[in-house]
Amino acid sequence: MNRVEILKTYKIYIGGAFPRTESGRYYTPVNKTGEGIGNMCLSSRKDVRNAVTAARKAFGSWSERSAFNRGQIIYRIAEMLEGRKEQFILELQKQGSTKAEAEKEVILAIDRIVYYAGWCDKYNQVLSAVNPVSSSHFNFTTCESMGIVGVLAPQTTSLIGLVSLLIPAICSGNTAVLIASEKLPLCAITFAEVLNSSDVPGGVVNILTGNTEELLPVLASHMDVNALISESLGSLEIETAKAAVDNLKRKFTYNADWSSEKSQGLYYISDCLELKTTWHPIENIGGTTSSY
Amino acid sequence: MKVPTSFTNIPISPSVDKVGVEERVARFQSRSIKNESKRQGLDLVLSMIDLTTLEGKDTPGKVKQMCYKAHHLHDSYPNLPTVAAVCVFPSMVKTAKTALLGTSVKVASVSTAFPSGQSTRAVKLADTKFAVDEGADEIDMVISRGKFLAGEYNFVFDEIAAIKEACGKARLKVILETGELCTLDSVRKASDIAIYAGADFIKTSTGKIQPAATMQVTYTMLMAIKDYYDTTGIMIGMKPAGGISTSKLALHNLVMVKEILGNNWLNNDWFRFGASSLANDVLMQIMKLETGVYQSSDYFTID
Repeated sequence: MNRVEILKTYKIYIGGAFPRTESGRYYTPVNKTGEGIGNMCLSSRKDVRNAVTAARKAFGSWSERSAFNRGQIIYRIAEMLEGRKEQFILELQKQGSTKAEAEKEVILAIDRIVYYAGWCDKYNQVLSAVNPVSSSHFNFTTCESMGIVGVLAPQTTSLIGLVSLLIPAICSGNTAVLIASEKLPLCAITFAEVLNSSDVPGGVVNILTGNTEELLPVLASHMDVNALISESLGSLEIETAKAAVDNLKRKFTYNADWSSEKSQGLYYISDCLELKTTWHPIENIGGTTSSY
Repeated sequence: MKVPTSFTNIPISPSVDKVGVEERVARFQSRSIKNESKRQGLDLVLSMIDLTTLEGKDTPGKVKQMCYKAHHLHDSYPNLPTVAAVCVFPSMVKTAKTALLGTSVKVASVSTAFPSGQSTRAVKLADTKFAVDEGADEIDMVISRGKFLAGEYNFVFDEIAAIKEACGKARLKVILETGELCTLDSVRKASDIAIYAGADFIKTSTGKIQPAATMQVTYTMLMAIKDYYDTTGIMIGMKPAGGISTSKLALHNLVMVKEILGNNWLNNDWFRFGASSLANDVLMQIMKLETGVYQSSDYFTID
């Protein structure tokens, strides 16, 4: 008997819950042969607003967790993803990957999450410094999380690009609002299910699907978003940069082959950090000079 | 001028249909408010706020800072209204009065052993007189909920009347603390007692007890005001306080006031919001409308 396959309706992920878009709109991305592969929420600016509110609410407690604990939680994401590998492989195939490509992408995503889990309690030691100054001060620089990072997921991959930008941003205590790839959005929401069933607190990652041209300017101009990371934006580049100016958002664009094992590293973490330098007065005893 | 009678000859309070109230209130929350009206509504909300600090840790510095904010809500955007009043403890009235000299912002003081009201009549009267002597323009008293719940309505009535007398020229707001009254029937009864005993305003809550100013409770109190107005032609003010921290909820309240009491109540002589964090949310909404960009609390004063 022929069976009509159920086309899944994917919802969005805000504050640890899976609501529908407040606009009630949806779209159906298609595969190479023109068949619909899922019903996705066509999110609106109000969804962006709600996601940012949720991210701000989650920021305090997430950034105050110990670095080691954040590492444990990020590692837990990798564990949960490992357990649902097959689902992601099938979903990637649905979106046009071959089986071999899909397997490679999922495994690399898991490994990359483990990689950043390891960095959680180490980046600060590597990036911090004691600075030489010519006065009686102990002068040191440490890293602090920035706040809310807006992430536009790379458009050409469904899973690995998203993981490559999102995980380094949150591993240092930032919270994130992510706009999924417009044409390949399936894995983003399934990944939200992974996040939700791991120990990541609600609101740390918020994921929206929809039209990039509609959502990106809202995220870029939002005064409560502190950084914006993406691949090169092409025709949207200038408009986005202008929108990001008002609150001096950090804006980074990366052009990398996300399927390469080299497309990961400490600088993906450090770009979303603030450096804080402290001048601490010290006594200069008996004319001795300090080594720092 | 209203002449307080004794408790025994005020009308019997009608019973409140809770299900009906909830349905009616739900409808106030589904109104579509377009940008232009929203902007006017937000200005109106700002002008109706009683900016409040009622904590054990209040210092003169904190009160001065709040008073400054009361008439400089967001200086980078000119022509905003000021709030209606600041609301403080009696011990802070003089500080607030000095800080607000030359402005139109009023000073309201809580009194009568706020927030519990568990004290003697003499202490409550002294508390009130002190606040008035220090220069308070408005007095926010609490009713004796314990007596009310024990059925001693006469006591509650007489106490309000006595405090009203002690207020002199200061306007009297009577806090029912609806979160402790348990039912809407009690809220209605307490509203009627307060109104007939001499309240100029009735107010939902102290802000120390949850739930505070729910729309159901405010609705019930507005109906008491309406019935009194229909009977006597005398206007009574309304002040929901506690729990109204978003512009949206404030606008829903305005919709409700307009539809129940009409335009005469849509000004800060007859309607107030008791709130501490509402002002910033309204300011952020106004700036969103003016700039088209969602705002961050980083760029507004810390309360």
